[in-house]
Amino acid sequence: MAKNVNLVGRNLYDLDTYSSAEIETIFETTQVMKSIIKRDYKKIPTLRGKTVCTLFFEDSTRTRISFELAAKRLSADVISFTKAGSSLKKGESLQDTVYTLDAMGVDLYVIRHGCPGTPALVHKYSDKPVLNAGDGKHAHPTQALLDMFSIWEKKGTLDGLKITIVGDILHSRVARSNCIGMKKMGAEVTVCAPRTLMPPKIEKVYGVKAEYDLYKAVQEADAVMALRIQMERQSEGLFPSLGEYSQKYGLNKNVLEQTKDDVLIMHPGPMNRGIEIFPEVADSEHSVIIEQVTNGLAVRMALLFLILGGKAAKEVK
Amino acid sequence: MKKLLKNGNVFVSKNKKFEICDILLEDDKIKEIGKELSDSEAETIDCNGYHILPGLIDMHVHLRDPGYTAKEDIISGAKAAAKGGFSSICCMPNTNPVLDNTSAINYVTRKAGDLDKTRIFVIGAMSKGLEGKEIANIGSMVNAGVIGISDDGNCIQNTKVALNVVRYASTYDLPIIVHAEDYTLSGEGQVNYGKMSTKLGVKGIPSLSEEIIVSREIMLANVTNSHIHFSHVSTHRAVELIRRAKADGVNITAEVTPHHLLLTEEECAEFDTNKKMKPPLRTEKDRQALISGLQDGTIDVIATDHAPHTDYEKELEFLKAPFGVIGLESAFPALYTNLVKNGEFQLEELVAKMSENPAQIIKQDLGLIAEGKTADLAVVNLDESFLFSENYIASKSHNSPFLGKTFFGKPKFTLCKGKIIWQD
Amino acid sequence: MKFKRRIIDKIELDRILKRMANEVIERNKDYEDLYIVGIHTRGVPLAKRVASYIEEFEDVELQVGALDVTLYRDDLNNIEHQPKIKDSILRFDIEGKKILLVDDVLNTGRTVRAALNALIDYGRPRSIQLMVVVDRGNRELPIQADYVGKKVPTSHNEVIRLYLSDYDEKEEVDIFETEK
Repeated sequence: MAKNVNLVGRNLYDLDTYSSAEIETIFETTQVMKSIIKRDYKKIPTLRGKTVCTLFFEDSTRTRISFELAAKRLSADVISFTKAGSSLKKGESLQDTVYTLDAMGVDLYVIRHGCPGTPALVHKYSDKPVLNAGDGKHAHPTQALLDMFSIWEKKGTLDGLKITIVGDILHSRVARSNCIGMKKMGAEVTVCAPRTLMPPKIEKVYGVKAEYDLYKAVQEADAVMALRIQMERQSEGLFPSLGEYSQKYGLNKNVLEQTKDDVLIMHPGPMNRGIEIFPEVADSEHSVIIEQVTNGLAVRMALLFLILGGKAAKEVK
Repeated sequence: MKKLLKNGNVFVSKNKKFEICDILLEDDKIKEIGKELSDSEAETIDCNGYHILPGLIDMHVHLRDPGYTAKEDIISGAKAAAKGGFSSICCMPNTNPVLDNTSAINYVTRKAGDLDKTRIFVIGAMSKGLEGKEIANIGSMVNAGVIGISDDGNCIQNTKVALNVVRYASTYDLPIIVHAEDYTLSGEGQVNYGKMSTKLGVKGIPSLSEEIIVSREIMLANVTNSHIHFSHVSTHRAVELIRRAKADGVNITAEVTPHHLLLTEEECAEFDTNKKMKPPLRTEKDRQALISGLQDGTIDVIATDHAPHTDYEKELEFLKAPFGVIGLESAFPALYTNLVKNGEFQLEELVAKMSENPAQIIKQDLGLIAEGKTADLAVVNLDESFLFSENYIASKSHNSPFLGKTFFGKPKFTLCKGKIIWQD
Repeated sequence: MKFKRRIIDKIELDRILKRMANEVIERNKDYEDLYIVGIHTRGVPLAKRVASYIEEFEDVELQVGALDVTLYRDDLNNIEHQPKIKDSILRFDIEGKKILLVDDVLNTGRTVRAALNALIDYGRPRSIQLMVVVDRGNRELPIQADYVGKKVPTSHNEVIRLYLSDYDEKEEVDIFETEK
């Protein structure tokens, strides 16, 4: 394990503020957590007496459940605050919400919000650490960590690997955080999308390669990740039809035949089967999609432990 | 009432140069400029070490009065202006109610007229209610004293309406001030479309959104022969379009804001809502083009687009926070410190862009230091630095992108019509 | 941290481990149900060493596991560095088995308390015995070792460090004094 890594009390807004050594520590801790959730008795007393608050201003049952179970596995108490749908309504004051919860003794906030940058805003009103569980189209660092861990666990490293992310890159916080994290860990990242779903200047911003032809994008890849396509993008006029999208950018058997023999197939879920990914690929031996869910729980346990389990470094001497 | 400003470094307009001399003011006029003046009746003000500029003119200010006086009002806005060295400002009509009729305009002029502060000119709406559908009562607003018309904050999207407004307004000798933004392209954009929109995962406002309307308005100015003035130009292609159209003899003028001259999209990286405005901060290439445009005369004026918003509005989530930043009190010091002091730009040029040029566009006999002219003056100390902090700000709002910066060129006195309206 | 003295040298350490292995043999007539579990970090190679002696003396094969107790510590809020956690490796079902816990030093008893809790989360062993190389005294919990290499009364500002050739360049037990 890398020396001098101390994540106690740290915020996690996105992976740009985490070093590769810190990410490696998160992976190693995740592995321990994963073995704990695989045994019969799945709970450990580590965070007894700590209170984790999940603040969800946007619907996401999967992510919320994963965080809450992670906290409970570590024996922390969990307060769940959901205000789905109201995130952009006027008159809602985040400040008052956080002040109220802080007064109840919350030790860590997990926040999902439709507005990018909001996790940092929560921290402005509270000195407790804040974990970003997805802010708008900006970042989703725990998803990226679990994606990266899923590859790291199978391949032993990310350094030098070729990873391809296919789909609606423009609207994907998952893609953004993965680009940052994977580049940091030494992977070569290719993003693949129709031109209307590709963010401007992405090559410059993240040092990744933009490719518009799926076949070219997957040929060399050690892992291929498909992103969920939101149906409403079609009505926004960003691509002509789901049929055409699926034909040009869906991961099907023909695409899989073009890849390396030991390629990993990934998807952050929930999948649109038959659109961005076909059953014969999603359920193939290459797929780690279901394992990604387990890894998500383990990664979140690791993060909660690393951030809450100890005394903050700044308080020492 | 006489005042004698002694030993200042005076911007003498007829020579377009700074000279150390005295200025004698009588009532609201400049009576005499010369060396070693004396007048026993005059109150003497020692300006040794100070520069004396024509009172600055900001032709783009949102005073929020009537309607949004938690953000700013005529009194607080005028105070902030005077503190920034401005003797005159022009207020935009996007208030509530909108300044699209004589009674609303009379409210502003009456409230402003009672003040011993910065002079306030009113800009009337182009379209009723700023809705971009029907021509506002431009003729009667001219009678009520508006010096220009604008739908600023909004942009008429329908080309037919835009054409009719420009054609109708061309009867009156006033600038038609255009905020150039194609809504179908800017949409829900928050920052510049490009590196920053990608990084932040927010929708971008493409340069094209501004350039398409600039192109359109150039054509409208051309066919109607009216004077169109572009607000807050922000992109390099817009500068180029204006440069070419001016060369072709089209009757257009343009302004740029201090924040577009000094800052780029990189500022938005931390989701700071005080860096969020329309048009958005652009790239370094755009910023350099704006400076070149200013230097070669393509851009005539620097105006602040002072757009106050309360702390509680700006402290919201990034997507919820309103667009706009204040600028009256930081404009001159920020520009002096970052453009003049480092030699990129001449002080004489900066002063002209902030006084003489806007005066010409709004057709007022102001902005000059010459005998017989109105005694509007800004006295500044170029060598005095200060911290631009919330405490320094006299405006009701604090949404400045320059908070925490140290500036030189501190305004010491501001005079309007021979009266000291602000003193450090 | 200042070196004070060596309390056990290489030869003595080997003798101690062999003696304790014999004590285990005496007390546990059969080995079928006996699993040996070392506590990270130094307890793990010690457990392997003791197991190998028992195997050698009795010609049997023993199961050895490793246990990391960090996640069960009661002082997580007070430790000044980020604890490193290692994977606990118990490749066997401990339900109904006899467990021999092995660690290098027994002091306050808190580590052993954590280890007992950690173990029980894996199942319900029939019994748990404890072996330590050095017993420092200073107990804060009612915990005693079944097999003790050497009793070395110490004060709180002293630190005992066990070196093993599996990890270190030497093999001995030293006592240090922390500088205040």
